Amino acid sequence: MELLGQQLTAGIASGTIYACIALALVMIYQAIGHVNFAQGEMAMFSTFIAWQLMRWGLPYWAAFAGATVISFAGGVLIDRLMFRPIRTAAVLTQIVMFVGLLAVLNSAAGFIWDFTSKPFPPPFGADPLLGSRLVSTHQATMVVATFLLLVLLYVFFRNTRVGLAMQSATEDPVSASLVGIRVEWMIALGWGMAAAIGAIAGMLIAPVVFLEPNMMRGILLYGFAAAVLGGLSSPGGAVFGGFAVGIIENLAGTYIPVVGGELKLTIALFIIISVLVVRPTGLFGATHTPRV
Amino acid sequence: MVDLSEIASGFRHASGGIVGVGRGRNRQVAIAIETIAILAILPFVLHPFFVFQVTMVLIYAIAIIGLNLLTGFNGQLSLGHAAFYAIGAYTAAIMMNSFGVSYFWTLPAAAVICFMFGFLFGLPALRLDGVYLALATFALSVATPQILKIHIFEQWTGGVQGLVIAKPDAPLGLPLTQDQWLYFFTLAVTIIMYVAATNLIRTRTGRAMMAIRDNPLAARSMGINNPIYKAVTFGVSGLYTGIAGTLGAIVVQFVAPDSFTIYLSVAFLVGLVVGGVGWLPGAFFGAAFILFVPNVAEHFSQGLSGAVYGLMLIVIMLVMPGGFAGAVRIVSSFLKKPSV
Repeated sequence: MELLGQQLTAGIASGTIYACIALALVMIYQAIGHVNFAQGEMAMFSTFIAWQLMRWGLPYWAAFAGATVISFAGGVLIDRLMFRPIRTAAVLTQIVMFVGLLAVLNSAAGFIWDFTSKPFPPPFGADPLLGSRLVSTHQATMVVATFLLLVLLYVFFRNTRVGLAMQSATEDPVSASLVGIRVEWMIALGWGMAAAIGAIAGMLIAPVVFLEPNMMRGILLYGFAAAVLGGLSSPGGAVFGGFAVGIIENLAGTYIPVVGGELKLTIALFIIISVLVVRPTGLFGATHTPRV
Repeated sequence: MVDLSEIASGFRHASGGIVGVGRGRNRQVAIAIETIAILAILPFVLHPFFVFQVTMVLIYAIAIIGLNLLTGFNGQLSLGHAAFYAIGAYTAAIMMNSFGVSYFWTLPAAAVICFMFGFLFGLPALRLDGVYLALATFALSVATPQILKIHIFEQWTGGVQGLVIAKPDAPLGLPLTQDQWLYFFTLAVTIIMYVAATNLIRTRTGRAMMAIRDNPLAARSMGINNPIYKAVTFGVSGLYTGIAGTLGAIVVQFVAPDSFTIYLSVAFLVGLVVGGVGWLPGAFFGAAFILFVPNVAEHFSQGLSGAVYGLMLIVIMLVMPGGFAGAVRIVSSFLKKPSV
């Protein structure tokens, strides 16, 4: 029973990581209708920026804020430079673009900061939370931060002018532009926000997995699995999917002997394919019927 | 210098394929013979290492043709072709090491296995479009090295260490070195596979594949059985890439899980895009690109090859969406103009 409890908490802790990444994926999917294959590398790059700012002597929270702002600007820039010109191009073109971005960011990070792992400090330390054996302070931080992000996003999309404008720009670009919404800038804003959320996720994850250019490879796959499970069009679903994937991963690793530590990525593959086959919209996603 | 002559001859071949459509097949046949003649002389004039590299170009070209059949002609995107390449490679390695089968017979075996696997993977893929299919195949690619490392298969797969394969000698006492023989062997397989692919897309089946790509709904209402064609195309695509993997394993003499990562899939995709999507001869340019360009980039810095890949992808998508095929088309229409 204690083992189960431990595995569940560990699952929830890693689930927050996946939830953050899934949230960022959903943001971009909402904005442009495509899955961002470079999301993990974008988060990794942002985290390196924070690390570099700290190396230059900035305190943690200044570096945190700096990296988030720089990532936001970077996200907007990526959209304006790379994705705006191909907005109407075929799916293949768009995906190739994401893959290109992934390769560039990965390789550039390796070039600038090399491939050795670097420690990254947690914001509130990593001691056990209030003397509890199960949860560390950092795990609690991550859970709280994820929910905070989710609530902020919810409020942003429901109760602010810009949030509503963004939603309508995705749902019906033509009508949105007719009522005076600048659709292109809404998309760019979506990119910026996704990059910023990715940055926050990266900075929360880095203390757990250590900072290096390939740190996001596996995590991104779980993020995909989480986003697909929850539904690519639902931020709440993405967070739920993140926790579900985290728990499934830990329980399967412990209780299914073949899986162990060796096949953990295969679980993600399995989740993605089975969800896509059984229920392509995910648990909370909206069904979208194309016009003939 | 070496690959330049090859590229030049391939280029003439290519432009012949496009410009010379109206001038009958004779010209095309002449160009094909010319190309093959040049390719046949290559191993005797080149440094052995270049022979190896040109062999690898041919192997990657087969893999890219496979991806092209799926993506370029059937409109299904795959980021998971490293998995097929890995299956082909491991089929060869396991058959040769554990069962003592000759390298020659591993090819048909790998072809059958990869076709089956591709077909089976193609069935769930039927329900997925564009982004979702890319996601599923991406997941397949990321998971592949881990599946290959799994403990229970270690006695056959060699686990993390991988397997070493003996290099075959030239048969019938031919006066060729092992590298030269493998080059000719690969060349023969490449020609067969290439001709088969060009013939496939000219048949009724090929036209059905392209109809599904262009408009699935219209294809279906014309009586094409979309699911079967799509799944079979996935199988054929897997077969091509699997055969490439088999040849790759024999030529490199080594298989290990970490050679079949997502980056191999990305490399195939780069090759496809650089060569031109939906244009078969482009596979050779694409293959030459993914083999030589990272090498050049690594002269400047160890980690830069990924950046060069990425930048090329981005730049090509922005300025030259047709890849090499588009460039050839533009050049040939430009050359044609004065005479018209």
